[in-house]
Amino acid sequence: MLSNYTNKLTGFLLTLSLFTNPAKADWFALNMTEGATAISEEVFNLHMLIFWICVAIGVVVFSVMFYSMFAHTKKKNPVAATFHESTKVEIAWTVIPFLILIAMAVPASKTLTKMYDDTAGDVNIQVTGFQWKWQYRYLEDGVSFFSNLSTDMDEIYNLVPKGENYLQEVDEAVVIPVGKKVRFLITANDVIHSWWVPAFAIKQDAIPGFVNTAWTKVDKVGTYRGKCTELCGKNHGFMPIVVKVVEQDEYDLWVSDKKEAAFKLAELTEKEWTTAELVERGESVYATNCVACHQVNGQGITGIFPALAGSDIVLNDKPRNIEILMEGVQGAAMNSFDYLSEVELASVITYTRQSWGNAEKGDGEIVSPKDIVDYKKPKI
Amino acid sequence: MSAVIENHHDDHHHGPAKGLTRWLYTTNHKDIGTLYLWFSFAMFLIGGAMAMIIRAELFQPGMQIVEPEFYNQMITLHGLIMIFGGVMPAFVGLANWLVPMMIGAPDMALPRMNNLSFWILPFAFFILLSSLFMEGGAPNFGWTFYAPLSTTYAPPSVTFFIFSVHIMGASSIMGAINVIVTIMNMRAPGMDLMKMPLFVWSWLITAYLLIAVMPVLAGAVTMMLMDIHFGTSFFNAAGGGDPVLFQHIFWFFGHPEVYIMILPAFGIVSHIIETFSRKQLFGYSSMVWAMLSIAILSFVVWAHHMFTVGMPLAAELFFMWATMLIAVPTGVKVFNWIATMFRGSITFETPMLFACAFVVLFTLGGFSGLMLAITPADFQYHDTYFVVAHFHYVLVPGAIFSIMAAVYYWIPKWSGNMYDERLGKLHFWLSFIGVNVTFFPQHFIGLAGMPRRYPDYALQFADWNMVSTVGAFLFGISQVFFLFIVIKTVMGGKKATDQVWEGARGLEWTVASPAPYHTFGTPPKVD
Amino acid sequence: MNNKGKTSVKFLGMTVIAMFFFSFALVPLYNVFCEVTGINGKVFQSENSQEYTAEVGRDVAVQFISSNNERMPWIFKPSNEVMGVVTGKYYNATFYVKNTTNKTMTAQAVPSIAPSNAAAHLKKLECFCFEQQELAPGEEALLPVKFLISNELPNQIKNVILSYTIFDITDYNQENLAHLEMHTEKN
Repeated sequence: MLSNYTNKLTGFLLTLSLFTNPAKADWFALNMTEGATAISEEVFNLHMLIFWICVAIGVVVFSVMFYSMFAHTKKKNPVAATFHESTKVEIAWTVIPFLILIAMAVPASKTLTKMYDDTAGDVNIQVTGFQWKWQYRYLEDGVSFFSNLSTDMDEIYNLVPKGENYLQEVDEAVVIPVGKKVRFLITANDVIHSWWVPAFAIKQDAIPGFVNTAWTKVDKVGTYRGKCTELCGKNHGFMPIVVKVVEQDEYDLWVSDKKEAAFKLAELTEKEWTTAELVERGESVYATNCVACHQVNGQGITGIFPALAGSDIVLNDKPRNIEILMEGVQGAAMNSFDYLSEVELASVITYTRQSWGNAEKGDGEIVSPKDIVDYKKPKI
Repeated sequence: MSAVIENHHDDHHHGPAKGLTRWLYTTNHKDIGTLYLWFSFAMFLIGGAMAMIIRAELFQPGMQIVEPEFYNQMITLHGLIMIFGGVMPAFVGLANWLVPMMIGAPDMALPRMNNLSFWILPFAFFILLSSLFMEGGAPNFGWTFYAPLSTTYAPPSVTFFIFSVHIMGASSIMGAINVIVTIMNMRAPGMDLMKMPLFVWSWLITAYLLIAVMPVLAGAVTMMLMDIHFGTSFFNAAGGGDPVLFQHIFWFFGHPEVYIMILPAFGIVSHIIETFSRKQLFGYSSMVWAMLSIAILSFVVWAHHMFTVGMPLAAELFFMWATMLIAVPTGVKVFNWIATMFRGSITFETPMLFACAFVVLFTLGGFSGLMLAITPADFQYHDTYFVVAHFHYVLVPGAIFSIMAAVYYWIPKWSGNMYDERLGKLHFWLSFIGVNVTFFPQHFIGLAGMPRRYPDYALQFADWNMVSTVGAFLFGISQVFFLFIVIKTVMGGKKATDQVWEGARGLEWTVASPAPYHTFGTPPKVD
Repeated sequence: MNNKGKTSVKFLGMTVIAMFFFSFALVPLYNVFCEVTGINGKVFQSENSQEYTAEVGRDVAVQFISSNNERMPWIFKPSNEVMGVVTGKYYNATFYVKNTTNKTMTAQAVPSIAPSNAAAHLKKLECFCFEQQELAPGEEALLPVKFLISNELPNQIKNVILSYTIFDITDYNQENLAHLEMHTEKN
């Protein structure tokens, strides 16, 4: 009995995998999406209506033409007719297309008017386009973050296989609640960008110095992916958009997590740390994490672990100093310590720069938690 | 000393000068037409090479061939070269060759300005192409060069780009003045406006459009120049300006520009369909009125290129309705061409093949244009490959096919030799297949969500991109084949008669093939 | 060439020149058009300083947004992010700004209103966006906006967004600034 069940389950999962494997290229990616909102569905239906009208006109017109190309060749019709005008016919094929156009314009105007409904949203998000990333600021809650492409360079340069969401994934997605009206206030920091999410049928240019608005109300929970659609420089193709639509309670949780994180960050970065405070904190961090190799006196072990006392990097190269702690050293035993908090990292680096006579010999610069935060900020 | 008898000079025309300086100093409309046509063919191949680089990069997802910065230079130059170096000079070349003969005039009204109009073009394109080797690279902001990407954020070569555009604009303006003055003043007696061949009508209207909008392009690039170098803020919000103003000014030029690139094609196709159907063109006066309506309407639809810029609802509705309206006169023309063929006596020589393909495929481009006019739907199409598909359909199997059709149709008159019909047909079929395999799938990837001006794309777009690239290479190679056909024809072939084509009408077919260096020294009588 | 031809050339040449100047004329024409129709979110200073009497004022929420243009390091925040107003009355709002660098800098604030058809109904008596703002290193300020939303605001609009972007114009030369003055003139 169990094996029967397992077989069925396996079969089901395998079949499911056929449909949930969008990693592959897609011959059936032929048409616009119906999307996840009432408006996007209306836009899709409008698109299909116009499309079918064009197909119908095309079929009629080209049938006459192809018939003629077949039946009125010189061989089949050696003597050409001589008619070359007809006012009646000309009027007919001016008026009829005109009427067809009116039939198209009416639903189109209705839909457009709906899209321009500019009342407030339950959630208001300021979207700012940068070269080459998006920034999102939730106006009600003060949550703010950048959203960068998270696809690895190695995938782009064909060194490793491409992931399922190649060029469509970001480090921090926009999160919005399902079923609520969300309003986007779109602008740009530098050049013109454009924010497009096909599933919402929203596309508005992001223009520096001006704010454009768009709104949506998403019916279905899910992850929706969009793109920048205005040439904005070299990485125009590398600044995607990801919107996660979740249930209200999940959204509320996300917001409060974000607020808490922001609060903590603000606390740390805005606090004015004195050198003494940093050094005191740093000493204990050093004792826990660094002493094993670099020794209490900062001398290291000759030939194996470099000395920090008198080290050129620790004395004079603050940026490289930070970089080593954050990235580690390739091919050496020194690993990345970026899992430590900003305060711990800043204090331990400051400690090394201030101890063992280093402060007098070198530039004596301290490292603040803000420096670590800045380092972590995504680079262009 | 002998008294020189003055009227000696009236008796004979000088033939063409000998040597290379003939081409440098010529004021002969046929020579200048030839120069424009060869220049445009060269530019077409250069722009085409850039297209090959673009499509090669897009063959597969990932960056394989070029870096994104260089890719942006390729797409920018590809657009600029094809439009200003390919299509427009080709149509001017055809105007030069054909308009004087079609109206029974001995030459253009301003022959020396005609020479200048041509020769500044290679100069302008030399500047533009040399920007590839400048510090910071060539222009990389798209052929539509929106501010501030093209002002504050532009590479140093932008100044050369502006200079180059000014020169191209000057060339077009001078050419347009020449065409208008020629047509309005030098028609043979009896050739009323409503008796003019349609190609002449199409160029008369096109020339007025050029006069109206090329100066606006010049204004736009001058404002750019001032913003970049002289501290003004036309397009800079910080200084009180507006980047959107750039778009309004640009597209005020840009929309009539696309009709500039298609009206002469309409003229050519009307001639060819009439000839090979052996039946008078249906609805001559409606054809004229249709072209006039299209030209006038073209001035009030520009913002349909800007539907996502944040315009108010009233403006968006106006531009949607006005744009949809253009379908009416355009439809009239298509129906009239088909009505010309209907119950005609048709043969399908190469020019006719290209003309028929034009009617079908340009109409397809018109359909996608109508879809784009629908503003709410346009929010999903704008700046995607759907737009790229649309304009390539109207420009490649549209404008370019009409130019090829014109070359096959009139080259026997220009050179005195028939082109090889089998080779011509082969070129047609390769081009027809190539163009459709390249651009039809672009509708799909656009609808599926791939933006334009992207050097790389997500995986779901890979299949159709691969197909499109294969088509592009087929199309590209076919044009090298076309070059071979043209050279072969010019160098020799079956001798052409004066009439050349059984159903051909018009004054140009009343002179010898090849057309004598000077024709219609005395104006013919037109009934 | 005959006289008719010469006249044609002259006429066409003048048309060309006229169209070139027309393109420059589009610059002020654009502003005039926006002002007259109230579109594009452009707002101009209102002359009228009398208090409007609020006969039947209705409630509108005004949201304030601040943005820094590229590399503009100042702190720039609205003092209140939302203000409930009644149409027909003047209100004062402020934006906090601080020059966090060690050099004197000059900023220009550029306003933008959404929805765009609300712009005609937002009257500003005083606005820090009318002038350049110069701050010494470390200096902070509260920049004022005195505005009113008129009763003519279309009924379906219940929420208006007033956004400012600050730009660094420290390096702009006198020509720029003269050009700037033109655009922030009272109308």
